[in-house]
Amino acid sequence: MATAPRSETKIEPWNDPHATPYVRIERMSKKFGDFVAVHDVSLKIYQKEIFCLLGGSGCGKTTLLRMLAGFEVPTSGTVFIDGEDMAGIPPYERPANMMFQSYALFPHMTVEKNVSFGLEQEGLPKADIRKRVGDMLEIVKMTPYARRKPHQLSGGQRQRVALARSLVKRPKLLLLDEPLGALDKKLREHTQFELVNIQEQLGVTFVVVTHDQEEAMTLASRIGVMNHGEIVQVGTPSDIYEYPNSRFVADFIGSVNMFEGRLIEDEPDHVRIESEELGGTFFVDHGVSSAPGAIVWVALRPEKIMLSREAPPGRENQTRATVKEIAYMGDLSIYIAQLPGGKMVRVTQPNTVRHPEDRITWDEQVYLHWHSSSGVVVTQ
Amino acid sequence: MARTAYVSLGERLSHALAQLIEGVTHSPPYLWSQRWLRRRGVTGRGFVIALPYLWSILFFAIPFVIVLKISFSATQISMPPYAPLIEWLGEQALAIKLNLANFSFLLKDALYTRAYLNSLVIAGISTFLCLLVGYPMAYGIARATPAWRNVLLMMVVLPFWTSFLLRVYAWIGLLKNNGVINNVLMALGIIDQPIVMLQTDFAVYIGIVYSYLPFMVLPLYATLEKMDLTLLEAAADLGCRPTKAFFRITWPLSVPGVIAGAMLVFIPAVGEFVIPSLLGGPDSLMIGAVLWNEFFNNRDWPVASAVAIAMLLLLVVPIMVFQYFQGRELSAHR
Repeated sequence: MATAPRSETKIEPWNDPHATPYVRIERMSKKFGDFVAVHDVSLKIYQKEIFCLLGGSGCGKTTLLRMLAGFEVPTSGTVFIDGEDMAGIPPYERPANMMFQSYALFPHMTVEKNVSFGLEQEGLPKADIRKRVGDMLEIVKMTPYARRKPHQLSGGQRQRVALARSLVKRPKLLLLDEPLGALDKKLREHTQFELVNIQEQLGVTFVVVTHDQEEAMTLASRIGVMNHGEIVQVGTPSDIYEYPNSRFVADFIGSVNMFEGRLIEDEPDHVRIESEELGGTFFVDHGVSSAPGAIVWVALRPEKIMLSREAPPGRENQTRATVKEIAYMGDLSIYIAQLPGGKMVRVTQPNTVRHPEDRITWDEQVYLHWHSSSGVVVTQ
Repeated sequence: MARTAYVSLGERLSHALAQLIEGVTHSPPYLWSQRWLRRRGVTGRGFVIALPYLWSILFFAIPFVIVLKISFSATQISMPPYAPLIEWLGEQALAIKLNLANFSFLLKDALYTRAYLNSLVIAGISTFLCLLVGYPMAYGIARATPAWRNVLLMMVVLPFWTSFLLRVYAWIGLLKNNGVINNVLMALGIIDQPIVMLQTDFAVYIGIVYSYLPFMVLPLYATLEKMDLTLLEAAADLGCRPTKAFFRITWPLSVPGVIAGAMLVFIPAVGEFVIPSLLGGPDSLMIGAVLWNEFFNNRDWPVASAVAIAMLLLLVVPIMVFQYFQGRELSAHR
């Protein structure tokens, strides 16, 4: 299996065997009747991390989050928060706060009252509450709207109130369920960076549930990809993108061209794979823990394939193709090319020149080629 | 394979009806009369709007004006038993005699004020009791599984399928001295003297609460059922215990339902006549019974009308409050 090269400078507690995780999930499962929502999940999440649970709808990510918050009781397994076993501890006594997908703002209370609600439960002095609520509204830039009711706010404003309400209690752990789901694209991008800023400012551990891979890529320190109630891969965004451990992950994150092939040569520093779909062989510069002759797949990202009219040198990592479709996206163009064997391959090229004189066009015969470090071999 | 040309009877009927309407609305006589009516300002839309207005003019405004008119008349032994309000004196003189004595009589005789107050108190307490019993019921139904919810709602509505009068009569059988309840308690040896329940205020409360409970439960259910349960999760997440969350979240959000239910119970309970006369004793004097007495026993139509007008005024205030809150709730959920 492929592993990512590590940078030495970054703080990466998950690589430190002595670091104690802030949240430790141990073999947790949840069944609703016969339906297994979460199956045997074990995870370690460290302090000040932004951990994203990423997966399609119904993959169990929200159920997992709700078990952390205490709204669902796990069928088996345990969760430890800050070393403490959470079994039997109701939501109102857990050191975590949650930001709900629907925001769940109290409709009969003003913005101010919504935010102060959590602090009132702690029985803090009135003056302290007023100060902390004021500060928090300042951080999320909602001070001018303090006296409004939720139905008088826009979606983005409600989202900020919900965030303020969950952060004002200064939780060590903040659980966010699709926090940006209801926002439009522009506002979402803006808020993503705001979230990261607030997280760095307050030093809170975030666990974010999302189905949006772009959101996970921007926010996360690490991503846990979920499928059918199981965690299929945990890693940093670049790990997940560049070194997916399965066809599912490769396909789920970004777009990918997948070639089925047979392992013909397996050395520690390179492998050769013969692929009928490609009509040639792949040379990949990393080792694979699989026996020669095994069926494997090569995942090739569209942006890592080069397009040219001239035949590239060598005989491996290349193929002839016919351009079938071109989509101009502004910053880049997407080409759909057909290989001699019939397989369609997606290639993206940045549009570095404004008006190329001689651009590749429909039905042109071209060569596709790529670097030996571009492909990733996955065995399942 | 030939497509099975099965068309259900309902479908065929509706198709035939649509064709019939199509035919009629495109026939020349229809189009002519439509043009004729439209030239005189009669349109389909106007007709649809006019219909409910006609209904309330015919069955509310006109009777109300008649009763109002009678309430300002003087009694006299004749047919009808009141003096005309407007008299043509001849020689181009029209006399309108407004007799205010009926209203001042209501204030003078303590019987009426007592009956009004008693009605308000009984209706108020009954409303409160209905809320006390109805809220947990509505809450339980709203939080039950969907399958159970329908069964439970059905059980709330089921009594309406029997006559109201019959159901109140049944309570006599339960409450009287040798009725079901007393017999059971005596047979069990819990009491050895029958408890007097019938013809007391207790029986009146039982009757009113029993009869009007569905009117409390249904609007309460409607508000509780549409409540977003994640609000309670959010409250718990913010450190709020379930009982406290009920008073901070659930109760304030159900207030519109409480008001609607209270109005639906309070307003008819004030004017309730059947229940106090069947179950109540001579002490539980309510305004409905007074009205009945004036009208049918004393044959004093003007005073009876004055009683009715005064009661109407007494009830218009809570109705307006109800309207105000409903309007506010509607605008809040826009």
